[in-house]
Amino acid sequence: MAAYDLSLRVWRGDGAGGDFVDFTVPVEEGEVVLDAIHRLQATQAGDLAVRWNCKAGKCGSCSAEVNGIPRLMCMTRLNTFAAGETLTITPLRTFPIIRDLVTDVSFNYEMARRVPAFAPRPRDADGNYRMAQVDVERGQEFHKCIECFLCQDTCHVIRDHEENKPAFAGPRMFIKYAELEMHPLDTSDRRALLQDQMGLGMCNITKCCTEVCPEHIKITDNAIIPLKERVVDRKYDPLVFLGTKISRRDRRAPVTAAGGDGPSPIKRPGGTPAGPVAPPPEPDHPLPEPDHPLPVPAPGPVQAVELPEPAATTPPAGPFTRWLRWGALPAVGLGMVTALVMRRRHRNG
Amino acid sequence: MSDHESHDYDVVVVGAGGSGLRAAIAAHEAGARTAVVCKSLLGKAHTVMAEGGIAAAMGNVWSEDNWQVHFRDTMRGGKMLNNWRMAQLHAQEAPARVWELEEWGALFDRTPEGLISQRDFGGHRYARLAHVGDRTGLEMIRTLQNRVLALGIDVFMECTVTQLLKDGDRISGAFGYWRESGRFIVFRAPAVILATGGIGKSFQITSNSWEYTGDGHSLALWAGGSLINMEFVQFHPTGMVWPPSVKGILITESVRGEGGVLRNSEGQRFMFDYIPEFFKEETADNEAEADRWYADHINNRRPPELLPRDEVARAINSEIKAGRGSPHGGVFLDIATRRSAPDILRRLPSMYHQFKELADVDITKEPMEVGPTCHYVMGGVEVDADTQAAIVPGLFAVGEVSGGMHGSNRLGGNSLSDLLVFGRRSGEHAAEYARELPDRPRVSEDVVDEAAVDAVAPFSQTGGENPYSVHKDLQQTMQALVGIVRRGDELEQALEEIQRLKERARQVCVEGHRQYNPGWHLALDLRSMLTVSECIARAALERQESRGGHTRDDHPRTDPDWGKINLVVTAANGTVQLSRQPLPTMPAELRELFEENA
Repeated sequence: MAAYDLSLRVWRGDGAGGDFVDFTVPVEEGEVVLDAIHRLQATQAGDLAVRWNCKAGKCGSCSAEVNGIPRLMCMTRLNTFAAGETLTITPLRTFPIIRDLVTDVSFNYEMARRVPAFAPRPRDADGNYRMAQVDVERGQEFHKCIECFLCQDTCHVIRDHEENKPAFAGPRMFIKYAELEMHPLDTSDRRALLQDQMGLGMCNITKCCTEVCPEHIKITDNAIIPLKERVVDRKYDPLVFLGTKISRRDRRAPVTAAGGDGPSPIKRPGGTPAGPVAPPPEPDHPLPEPDHPLPVPAPGPVQAVELPEPAATTPPAGPFTRWLRWGALPAVGLGMVTALVMRRRHRNG
Repeated sequence: MSDHESHDYDVVVVGAGGSGLRAAIAAHEAGARTAVVCKSLLGKAHTVMAEGGIAAAMGNVWSEDNWQVHFRDTMRGGKMLNNWRMAQLHAQEAPARVWELEEWGALFDRTPEGLISQRDFGGHRYARLAHVGDRTGLEMIRTLQNRVLALGIDVFMECTVTQLLKDGDRISGAFGYWRESGRFIVFRAPAVILATGGIGKSFQITSNSWEYTGDGHSLALWAGGSLINMEFVQFHPTGMVWPPSVKGILITESVRGEGGVLRNSEGQRFMFDYIPEFFKEETADNEAEADRWYADHINNRRPPELLPRDEVARAINSEIKAGRGSPHGGVFLDIATRRSAPDILRRLPSMYHQFKELADVDITKEPMEVGPTCHYVMGGVEVDADTQAAIVPGLFAVGEVSGGMHGSNRLGGNSLSDLLVFGRRSGEHAAEYARELPDRPRVSEDVVDEAAVDAVAPFSQTGGENPYSVHKDLQQTMQALVGIVRRGDELEQALEEIQRLKERARQVCVEGHRQYNPGWHLALDLRSMLTVSECIARAALERQESRGGHTRDDHPRTDPDWGKINLVVTAANGTVQLSRQPLPTMPAELRELFEENA
């Protein structure tokens, strides 16, 4: 494939609104979508807002939707599209727009800080921790996460359902919980927290998150379903209940959401974000006031996520989410059956 | 008065990579009100690109290993130009910093006994790198990020610092802007820790991300600090060379640590032809011995593929120039014939992924094409070894932005450990400095106003220069004239070119408004890149010898007299000045480590 001219439709705008802008940009063999966007910036649209860092699929910054599919732009090769095809690039739909392809992903950081901190058991007598490779590998799968938030973006519980966000941690956070729950040194019990406040039951394991994960983490199979099993075991399985009473094996300490109720330590641009820039002190260096007004940032409800009080677990409203709540139990059942079948298959080689 | 928000802290950390986060944790735990300010989102810092591991003499794999051996390897890798005290502290404290990460949730690969596994790397005598597959940096940054969140330390994401503020001689805070809104922000703080990383974005072929524009180097210099060893830039031997869009992306040294070998177009393992006198005694001179070494480090010498990075990068460069390169202008790195496919997938998963998706190459079946890529700057802010304090009271620097620790060449794996060891030290000492100040330094509103006017200057320019074009031309200049092999006349030409680019940078104008405007951000970052590029070229011209990351075609010898001198860059009246400074003297008991046989 030699060099050719690529047609791009890029969404441009901010929280107040925007539209698609058509561009034609020359591209070369082996290039990815991010290369085309960079060339646009350098030659046609110097102020086109886009996040990126490593350009090697390792930092998870350049998330966007390419022809409607959540992708990392740096890992999306242009030769995977038909020649002459117009590529439509849009920002992540689940998060409030800041500008062009950049969205406000602070929801994820707010959910991350609610995750109770890791609390390990004491070290061995010689000062070491001993863990088997096979045991660390379980958690290592989840540690591969590059926080691109594509799974959060695609998850239909919060995509187009702003009202679910306060009570739903999302797939990225579920693998974080799974990683802690499966950590060989772990001493905490997050099951009640997951069920009551983090919305684990709202996931009905459609595996959309797994499909878009650029790290190929089996989010649904290896994290969410096992978490659902643990939650259900604790809550509903009489044998497990009896077992814990008799053998007292399960001595992990239940933990509640971290982060407290104070102001979030994740700071956002403050002051009055709207309005023109104040006049400068020296008249010969004027601020670009009339031509370059500051647009009003997105008035999205995720500016600072206020989570409900630990005790108050208000169920989210709406027929869809009601269905989700009632759908959770069969979903868990289905998950358990799937997991059991898989485990047997695994055992049988 | 300019329109800005203000915040009061005891310690402000600029940069949220490994060193910045570790510094913030230490400062917070020492009782200081602490904030972290970073240009990207939290957790995206360049540390995630570190792949191989953290060097720490824990002795889990080879019980013969200890801090003295690690210290010796580090000094020899840096061609003895390292600050000996930093190298000593680093080697002594690295193991404790790794164990601490484990306590915060990091999941390192294990030995059969269940301890932290350690892998081989260039220049390290024993397998010493604690690792997590080939994504150790990601594990480290996530672990530190979780810790920062758990401690509730304030984080200002997507916020760029453009100027340090001073009250007399002392630091009084920092001025910057929110990338998201374009609005200005002032941090009033007696102590500022620079943890801004490196400078690689001034070069065309680089493994570094857009953030690596030398901000910290430049901030420190213009605030009255000094830079040391700026002529030493590390070109990592193995970057991708094909396709063009991925040129420069890093291929971890672990590929060679796990047995990968370098071959030229004739299929020859050419590294055997490039063993320098300095490392002759400890390097295998035949393939049989080199291959035996992986299982038996005691009775065999190490393969030449695992020489320090400067040696390997130069060798690859020579092979390509001699016409024995690969089709796309690199050489071949072969792991496919050396390890089984499942082994490769388990030990080098992200390398497999990277080549498969970006280059259509299956590394379990075919060799990779590799070539040198700008990776790391050994030079940086001159700091006190124990406290990381710069010469400006209240200013600290840590990690890649600090200088001295790695001498003229850094060993792989020593960066992550450097971040942790000195991150903690700088945080503790910055907190102590802030606590013991009799009075808080004041921030002058006039200076803030000037900084604000300066920051928006590109909006009112009409010169018509495009920031992206100036950046591209700077990258080409640095690549061609201040690259892996340098010459006096070319360096002079580079300095002239940098002057012209500085002129053009003053004419840069940007379109649009201040909200999330990458063109404006680049226009401001260009100033740092130009400053740092000038420092590098000036120091490179001055040092008339070849050593570590600095190779002079016109002065190919390593000169023992130059081995006693550090070059120091300072700024006065808007211009950069260079001076020579004697190397700190190593005490006798450490010197003895180099006198016994290798």
